[in-house]
Amino acid sequence: MTVLLEAKNLHITFGAVKAANGVDLHIDEGEFLAIIGPNGSGKTTFLNLCTGYIRPSEGEVYLDGKPITRLPPRTIARKGIARAFQIPQLFLDQTVLTNLMLAIASREGLWQMGKALDRPAYRDEAMALLAMFNLADCAPTLASTLPEGRRKLVDIAIALALKPRLVLLDEPTSGVSALERFALMETLMGALRQAKVSALFVEHDMDVVERYADRVVVWEAGRVMAEGKPETVFKDARVIENVIGVA
Amino acid sequence: MPLLPLAGGAIIALVAATFAFPWLEFVLTLAIAKGLAALGVAILLRGGLISIGHAMFFAIGAYATAFAMRDFGITDVFALILISAVISLAAGLLIGVYVVRYRAIFFAMLNLAISMVLFSLLSKFYGVTGGTDGLRVGTPTVLGMVLEAKAVATFLFYASIAAMVLAGFAVNAYFKSPLGEALSAVHTNEIRLEYLGIPVRGVLLIAYGLSALLAGIGGTFAAMTIGHVLPDMAYWTDSGHLVLVAVLGGISGIGGPFVGAVFLELVHTLAAGVTDAWNMIVGTALLGVIFFMPKGLIGFIRPAKKGDAA
Repeated sequence: MTVLLEAKNLHITFGAVKAANGVDLHIDEGEFLAIIGPNGSGKTTFLNLCTGYIRPSEGEVYLDGKPITRLPPRTIARKGIARAFQIPQLFLDQTVLTNLMLAIASREGLWQMGKALDRPAYRDEAMALLAMFNLADCAPTLASTLPEGRRKLVDIAIALALKPRLVLLDEPTSGVSALERFALMETLMGALRQAKVSALFVEHDMDVVERYADRVVVWEAGRVMAEGKPETVFKDARVIENVIGVA
Repeated sequence: MPLLPLAGGAIIALVAATFAFPWLEFVLTLAIAKGLAALGVAILLRGGLISIGHAMFFAIGAYATAFAMRDFGITDVFALILISAVISLAAGLLIGVYVVRYRAIFFAMLNLAISMVLFSLLSKFYGVTGGTDGLRVGTPTVLGMVLEAKAVATFLFYASIAAMVLAGFAVNAYFKSPLGEALSAVHTNEIRLEYLGIPVRGVLLIAYGLSALLAGIGGTFAAMTIGHVLPDMAYWTDSGHLVLVAVLGGISGIGGPFVGAVFLELVHTLAAGVTDAWNMIVGTALLGVIFFMPKGLIGFIRPAKKGDAA
């Protein structure tokens, strides 16, 4: 398999906390990679490092074998890495539909003088994405008035609207009810498979990880403690003791 | 109520008013000139940025007109508007590159500081700018025709209305475009914009340049109408006045800044004829709007819609 994203020897420290302490990790094209680990172990920091939000004190991140470590988030996004956040990041004063259409428009660049954002092609694509997550009824709603669970879904839909090659999902099922969790993951993973999009998701729900991840990486104190197929990793005594018990 | 017929009706009412009260022609041309600048301020307010220095672009437009007339002998009204527009836009982009790096109070104060530097330069470089006496602006020609001052004043009134209409359509199209929607989005979530691959500073720089362009065009109309330019045009209280006009009129639509400018200019003119404390009347009017009309005067006409900026 072709390596899509690769991190080599990443280091970063916040005060006394080593959030990344020599991280080596890769994700292949078409792979679904899950990261699990206790809170504060550096999982979200790793996503921040991969997307240029913060820069490592040491080490490099490569996309298609080319370094992207010093690039800003907008450039990395344009190279095909999209992100959905643990706390949904929406344009709160605008409607859900506008949120989606802005993401769609950003693929073509914003310098389209004289053309309205609200045009049939964008609207249809946005509505199709919203329908996929059962959010069609939310289209005219202001994002600020949505309940948290739905904001989460809109955040994921925005990431998919970019038509990325790799999507980074930070706890995609948090804030989503237990009943809807697997339905959401089925929809999400189905869409990703269909579009041949790779996914890296940070997750605390081991059932979700076991069912949807091709490979799982176990994080502890800024390091990769274990990695492999979920069924193998979940039998590792160290993982059971240190992570699954607290994840 | 449909907005276009309403706007058309308002313009006809303005024109009709000048037939009934010819002195209104001067007042309304100035009001529209300030409305153009206030529309520029309103654009930035959409992105959550308050500029307390935008009178500098009004002054740049005005002085560009005066310099073009005095130093280059350019007298045609259209050429003067074009020159002022280009210079204001260039100044806006130049200053914008620096100030769009900042937000909130820092953005406001930086604009104020730069405008006061310009004010000082205009006041002190007597040999170039005429110092505190300012510069005289002659009566412009219209497409090579030398007209009487009264005819030029009337022409400027109608030209300012045309500029207002054009600016209204252009800014409306801009607000509805991806760039305009991205500007509104800056206000709430810059991080998400960056993660969409959208350069936030680029979005703000375009907004800043556009706002400077509008203020500069307002300045050239003011210069030609008054026939004189003064450093006070760049003074910070004039910048505050533009913010006041935008908020008073309402920033949720295009018409607000013009409604605010006409309202304030009329109140000013009428109140100044009654009392020296005309500022008190203006202040009371503003308090009334803030407390009872959060969408500004335009809120009377245009009810707030979902997605409107407050």
